[in-house]
Amino acid sequence: MTQVLDIDQIETTGGEGPKVLVRGFGAAFGGNEVLRGINLQIRPRERLAIIGPASSGKTTFLRSLNRLNDLEHSFSHSGRILLDGQDIQGSDMDVAELRRRVGMVYAVPIPLPWSIYDNIAYGPRLAGIRDRYHLDEIVESSLKGAILWDEVKDRLRTLATNLSGGQQQRLCLARVLALEPELLLLDEPCSGLDPISTAKIEDAMLELKRKYSIVLVTNNTKQAARASDRTAFFFMGQLVECGPTRQVFTNPANQRTSDYITGHFG
Amino acid sequence: MTTALTQTVGLTRPKTTRFNANPIIRIVLMLLALSAMSGLAIITLFIFKEGVPIIAKVGFRHFLFSSNWYPLEGEFGIFSMIMGSLAVTAGAMVVGMVFGLGCAILLTQFCPPRWVSIIKPAIELLAGIPSVVYGFIGVAILVPFIRDYLGGPGLSVLASSIVLGVMTLPTITSISVDALQAVPRTYGEGSIALGATEWQTTYMVILKAARSGIVAAVILGMGRAIGETMAVIMVAGNTLDVPHSILDPVRTLTSNIALEMGYAAGDHRKALFATGVTLFVIIMILNTIALTVSRRRSKGKVLAK
Amino acid sequence: MRISPKHSQRIAVTVMWAIAGLTLAVLAFIISYILWHGLRHITWTFLTEPPQSMGREGGVLPMIVGTLWVTGLAVLIAAPVGIAAAIYLTEYTREGRMTAIIRFGADCLAGIPSIIFGLFGFVFFVITLGMGFSILSGALTLALMVLPTIIRTSEEAIRAVPKSYRDVSFGLGSTRWQMVTWVVLRSALPGICTGVVLSIGRSISETAAVMLTAGSAMGFPHSIFESSRTLSLHFYILSREGISMSNAYATASVLILSILGINLFAYWLMRRFVAKAV
Repeated sequence: MTQVLDIDQIETTGGEGPKVLVRGFGAAFGGNEVLRGINLQIRPRERLAIIGPASSGKTTFLRSLNRLNDLEHSFSHSGRILLDGQDIQGSDMDVAELRRRVGMVYAVPIPLPWSIYDNIAYGPRLAGIRDRYHLDEIVESSLKGAILWDEVKDRLRTLATNLSGGQQQRLCLARVLALEPELLLLDEPCSGLDPISTAKIEDAMLELKRKYSIVLVTNNTKQAARASDRTAFFFMGQLVECGPTRQVFTNPANQRTSDYITGHFG
Repeated sequence: MTTALTQTVGLTRPKTTRFNANPIIRIVLMLLALSAMSGLAIITLFIFKEGVPIIAKVGFRHFLFSSNWYPLEGEFGIFSMIMGSLAVTAGAMVVGMVFGLGCAILLTQFCPPRWVSIIKPAIELLAGIPSVVYGFIGVAILVPFIRDYLGGPGLSVLASSIVLGVMTLPTITSISVDALQAVPRTYGEGSIALGATEWQTTYMVILKAARSGIVAAVILGMGRAIGETMAVIMVAGNTLDVPHSILDPVRTLTSNIALEMGYAAGDHRKALFATGVTLFVIIMILNTIALTVSRRRSKGKVLAK
Repeated sequence: MRISPKHSQRIAVTVMWAIAGLTLAVLAFIISYILWHGLRHITWTFLTEPPQSMGREGGVLPMIVGTLWVTGLAVLIAAPVGIAAAIYLTEYTREGRMTAIIRFGADCLAGIPSIIFGLFGFVFFVITLGMGFSILSGALTLALMVLPTIIRTSEEAIRAVPKSYRDVSFGLGSTRWQMVTWVVLRSALPGICTGVVLSIGRSISETAAVMLTAGSAMGFPHSIFESSRTLSLHFYILSREGISMSNAYATASVLILSILGINLFAYWLMRRFVAKAV
């Protein structure tokens, strides 16, 4: 399998540069190589879906975008990732600042064992915001952004762990939105949720795309087809194909992509 | 392997510090974390500095193997106290092992959860009772009982062994419980499936598998017993003879220090530190054995209680 | 004659229940014996007045105050150091030579008998550093003694905090120190407190080490540089020298009651912690 270039990268993106540009990115844990030669771009205000079978490197790629992999001692990488043209691995990049700009929602909802309010306000407080009214405002707008406000506005001081699974996941989304990130990473956010909660998250994504770029890793090809503008297919640590979602799903360029989408493996 | 890959594919480690951590915080925390080690070092240093010269002066063999302890005449031999400590500890281990292991096996193998939640805290509470209270109960109940029914002065190896046995029971139980719980369930299930009774399974399979942990528990219990001071002073009688029967009174290394420290001066005080050095060395040997025995099984697990 | 497996099982289980029952009986006996003889001598004046004629008459107020000072100060010194050590071991380093050294130190320190701590405290704090027999000497000695307990329990509590919380915190742009103080310590607090509370219990019970460092003065301590007799030492002296049995029982009852309270509190904290972690 040769390196596949993101077919869109040659096109100009209408004056505005790509939000994220990934060049020849590879990653390994110890001696175990999990990603190789990834070339990809993420445009402003688009929803990019990443699909692929288990252990194809999707999550590692996602966690590379906010450098969460750095926390693993055995992690090493090659290539470059540029956020607004700036190398995120560069020595002048403040990691905490980067993670504020690149928000992440995990596969399993992980509310911290605090109140709803404290969960949402945690990020802004870390960034040094102390003003009560300002925090109130942020909490309200973030919860509205995640379509959760109406359900919890009367019990902001109750424990977040008492919410239902779907609500918890939207809480995690709201917690990220509170930082007004530029790029939103969603790692299989609906894998444990019922269809109604899933629909709510997808609605939220559609709304959020007005402001943010969104990367959605999903095991659910239907969700990728439904809720993304472009789709990238990862296989065995490599990027096989990337293009407009409709094209990838109706007329994939690569046989493996079509096998995966039609359910022949994975 | 990692380096080879890094070279061929050109992978680079993240450039920032491993932890994106503030180096000042890191170093301050490290220094504080080393406090236990430095405490140990400075304790060793001072005990040895005070005690070793007098051992050299009296003579190593004379100090350890003479039973003549006459501080006023400058005679310092601690043989009878070493024997006293060993006798008391051996007795305590008999009591502690029977009771400690019995409780541990019951708690892990045969006890319904409802009773576990009563027995376990009770045993922890037993560990919390001050040693002076144990000693006092020993003097008030046990010593008269032994004197009246078994003979001798009552203050004896036997009384100390029973009191110390009860005191070391919580240590032995809690560490044995950990060791027994660490045995994979499948071991026991395999044995049960072959038609063994629960008790056969316990002593033929599970106790065998947990052996090293139990050995560590008993050794740490020994350390507890040999180092205990106040309770022993109260029930051992503190005479300076090598004991010949379990009904004889004895003086242990620890009681010797605590009894005479109050008025000792000069060489006498130094000799008490030398007694401490002896005790320290014995404890360190026991601890090292316990740690290596248990480390071999579960690496990195913190053990001592 | 061979005993059948079924019978041996029955015998073994019966024996073990007997052992456990006897253990519980011993515990119940110790507590009730002390309280039975002591509770009736605990009066308001006993708790609020100084002792007279070597403790034959009067109360134990200076000893209560002395115990509180020594214990409180010891834990106040040991807790921050121990918790910092636990944070270092869990969050700021990975397993290697350094952690092995730290763990070895803590394990060995935990095994050292209290009389050795007493000897050390005497020669180091009392004499070499010139602190004399004082609350401070006693507290510093006890602090070293309970340090391993605090390190170990704190480390266990911190390790029980889910790794995902750390991911979340980093993901929201926290530094490592922010993550530790805002998320990890907050979640591990009940567990850490359990260790601290148990250390308080151990400090209150300790006699040999404080005897050689804090001394046995019976006066009311006015500063941490004065000698003070703790409750446990007072009980030892009263009972051993046969000064006053009723006051000895009463002092022991105060000790037992505080140990009971402390263990109950630790137990409650632990249950809360476990309930939360699941």
